[in-house]
Amino acid sequence: MLTITMAIFIPFLAAIFIPSIYKGIPRVNIGWFVLIIPVTLFIMLARNISAIAAGETYIQTIPWIPSAGIYFTTYLDGLSMIFGLLITGVGSLVILYSIYYLSARESLAHFYVYLLLFMGAMLGVVFSDNMMVLYVFWELTSISSFLLIAFWYHRKQSRYGAQKSLLITVTGGIAMLAGFLMLYAMTGSFSIRENIASVGELTGEALFLPALLLVLVGAFTKSAQFPFHIWLPDAMEAPTPVSAYLHSATMVKAGIYIVARFTPVFGGEPVWFYAVSAVGIFTLFWGSLNAVRQTDLKALLAYSTISQLGLVMSLFGLGSAALHAGYSANSVLYTQATFAALFHLVNHSTFKGALFMMVGIVDLNVGTRDVRRLGGLMSLMPFTFTIAVIGSFSMAGLPPFNGFLSKEMFFEAMLTLRHLEFFSIGTWGTWFPVIAWIASVFTFVYSMIIVFQTFLGEHQPDRLDRKAHEAPPGMLIAPSILALLVVTIFFFPNIIGQYLLRPAMASIYPSLAGEMELAPRILAWHGKVDTPLLMTGGVVILGIILYRLLQYWRNIYEIGPFRWNLDALYNGMLSFAERSSSLLTNFYMTGDLRNYLSYIFAFFLLAVGGSLWFTGGFSFDMSNDAPIALNEYILVFVMAAACVLMLFVRSRITAILLNGVLGYSIALFFVFFRAPDLALTQIVVETVTTGLFLACFYFLPEWKREKSAQPTKIFNGLIAVSAGVVVTVIALSVQGNKMFESISVYFENAYDLAGGKNIVNTILGDFRAFDTMLEVVVLFIAGIGVYTLVKLKAKKEERDVED
Amino acid sequence: METLITILIGVLVTVAVYLLLSRSLIRVILGSAVLSHAVHLLLMVMGGLKKGSVPLLGEQAEAYTDALPQALILTAIVISFAVSAFLLVLAYRTYKETGLDDLHELRGFTDE
Repeated sequence: MLTITMAIFIPFLAAIFIPSIYKGIPRVNIGWFVLIIPVTLFIMLARNISAIAAGETYIQTIPWIPSAGIYFTTYLDGLSMIFGLLITGVGSLVILYSIYYLSARESLAHFYVYLLLFMGAMLGVVFSDNMMVLYVFWELTSISSFLLIAFWYHRKQSRYGAQKSLLITVTGGIAMLAGFLMLYAMTGSFSIRENIASVGELTGEALFLPALLLVLVGAFTKSAQFPFHIWLPDAMEAPTPVSAYLHSATMVKAGIYIVARFTPVFGGEPVWFYAVSAVGIFTLFWGSLNAVRQTDLKALLAYSTISQLGLVMSLFGLGSAALHAGYSANSVLYTQATFAALFHLVNHSTFKGALFMMVGIVDLNVGTRDVRRLGGLMSLMPFTFTIAVIGSFSMAGLPPFNGFLSKEMFFEAMLTLRHLEFFSIGTWGTWFPVIAWIASVFTFVYSMIIVFQTFLGEHQPDRLDRKAHEAPPGMLIAPSILALLVVTIFFFPNIIGQYLLRPAMASIYPSLAGEMELAPRILAWHGKVDTPLLMTGGVVILGIILYRLLQYWRNIYEIGPFRWNLDALYNGMLSFAERSSSLLTNFYMTGDLRNYLSYIFAFFLLAVGGSLWFTGGFSFDMSNDAPIALNEYILVFVMAAACVLMLFVRSRITAILLNGVLGYSIALFFVFFRAPDLALTQIVVETVTTGLFLACFYFLPEWKREKSAQPTKIFNGLIAVSAGVVVTVIALSVQGNKMFESISVYFENAYDLAGGKNIVNTILGDFRAFDTMLEVVVLFIAGIGVYTLVKLKAKKEERDVED
Repeated sequence: METLITILIGVLVTVAVYLLLSRSLIRVILGSAVLSHAVHLLLMVMGGLKKGSVPLLGEQAEAYTDALPQALILTAIVISFAVSAFLLVLAYRTYKETGLDDLHELRGFTDE
């Protein structure tokens, strides 16, 4: 379908026009124009929901580089539909929110161009079927994320966070590219669908396991899974709408998308099961544990995002077991894990988006996000408080919010691991629900911190930068819509289940789709008190106790593993790389032109002279030489003498006149060698050049004797003499070995081919006219350069940048 | 003839390279000018010298000199002129901004 391809490109096209609209219509906030785009795309996608739910898929292929197997194939199925709706839906709300969040003094055109760039790239990631195209868009999301994190680039921390996220995600991206190339090597196709189709033949291949691991590295870096999660907290330097959009709702879920998309390819493999579920569950645990100790609300949300992404990841890992088991009673159970993962993915985007926007409102209103300075804002900001309660309680897994439903399903899925009989999982299976439960307790604790330490307790107006008051209504619209969704999904979960999640399940389990019902009914109350409900009850009770006693056990963060710092490792590696590369570079990049030219000539001598020496390519043949007349002898002697003298003259005027002697002598030679055009040109150019030199001398000081030390001069002389000898020897050898006939006979047909009788002219104006055109371009560029250097003065700007 | 000119080219290259390696800006520019002279002659020699008549079809000669090197040299002359002019103005501006014409002293000059 054409519109899906268009959906990818519309944001890019719109980005082109944003700067001119921004300049042209300064009175209207540019955000309102930008808002049209995601809203339109959302409606466009939403119109297809029922068709996708009925099992249809849309595919469109445009050949891009067919010889390399690269086709621009867009593919819309249940899985990409969910992501597409998230990208455009959350995107619309975030843009609406940012209209109020960003002041008009910020460079809004940049902001929205980057944001649209990201939107297009992200849609490209989820709609591309070709792995190469997917990779291109994947890296583009990293780049736009880099630009958005560094939006306030005058802050040092912003630049640091941007660099960190780019380095980590792009490293993962390159690993993923290698994985894709391995898949291509095995199946001969970059199409994900074709790879899924040929999955049976793959598993035995030697490259299968490396490809699996490399693709996972890409997914884990992007989705901030342990130990690559360290970039996400630093990415919080971005403006809050960006954090809400890229770093909680969409971009960080790209890794999860890759895992879901490649589950049919790799899912049957035990390594995939272990890697995805173990890394996921540990990230869930580690993220929630670290979130509790954060005092900055955004950092807390960042760790909570890491943790929640780990939760979704681990569920996808469990779900892959169904592919191993094939069609059986058990596999129905395992597919429920994937269903829970997709459901939580949607839920997380709603409540986390609302929470980020809430934190942005608090930050903007009182000038801090530090929970130690906040407190008692409930009565001053009642609407913001309501949003915070809905978001946090949903995240903690309490009813009547959507997080409760997916959290229950998560516990349920973890409990089924106990029944897992393959992959020799043994007692490990019981650890999964335990870790999941502990992590949920901490999730509960930090969710309470968000609500109670910000909005309840004692209000401390003297510790805030600004007086607290409720946010403007416009700013509350977007988070309110999300909060409303949080509640609505709780009461009507099966609409989402049937229309969004079921088709996505079919994309993840293409082999099982026809054989069983993949989408269960989501129920808030199972009719009895079952284990998941008991677990939730335990979470609440222990969570409240731990929250109450927080000040007594907070000290554990000072001991043991919490002090081992992955950030320090990253910083150490970075500064080591910087130091060693600058050491290496400073060693040879001295800033002295002489050194650089010495490298060039030394390389020339070694490579050309050396290869001539080793291949024994010398062969001199002077028999074909033309006879030499007396005047030519004299002229050669004059030139040689003039140029050698140039080295010894005291005055630069003499030197330039000697250069003139060279030039005019060459013009004479051109006459002897039957080249009248050259002679004319040479005379003109030589005259002008000499004039230029003289004009310049007026401004420059008289040249001094070379101050170089004697050894340097000798070294220079050696290089110079060897260069001269090598050039001479090569030129003589070339003349001695005529390996090819001259092609110039072709040009002697000039009158028929080009309609000119002067062969040189026809070559310049016709046969090789393109060269001549570029020559003129060079002349033009040099002219611009001369003009700029003579006329323009650089303005020294005051730069407002932290070092 | 070809051998003689080739040796002359060698001399020109030697002088040019020596000038390029010196510290004075003007000498370096002069070196590049001499080097382009050498290259023009080299191109000329590669096509063979005095092997026919001037490459004008109106001459009705039996053989013409190789026209291709001539066309290449013509382009090269113009470009080397452009480069010399640019370098000269660069030297002028450098001297005006920094008061230096010595490349060794200009080393590491970071002011924009």
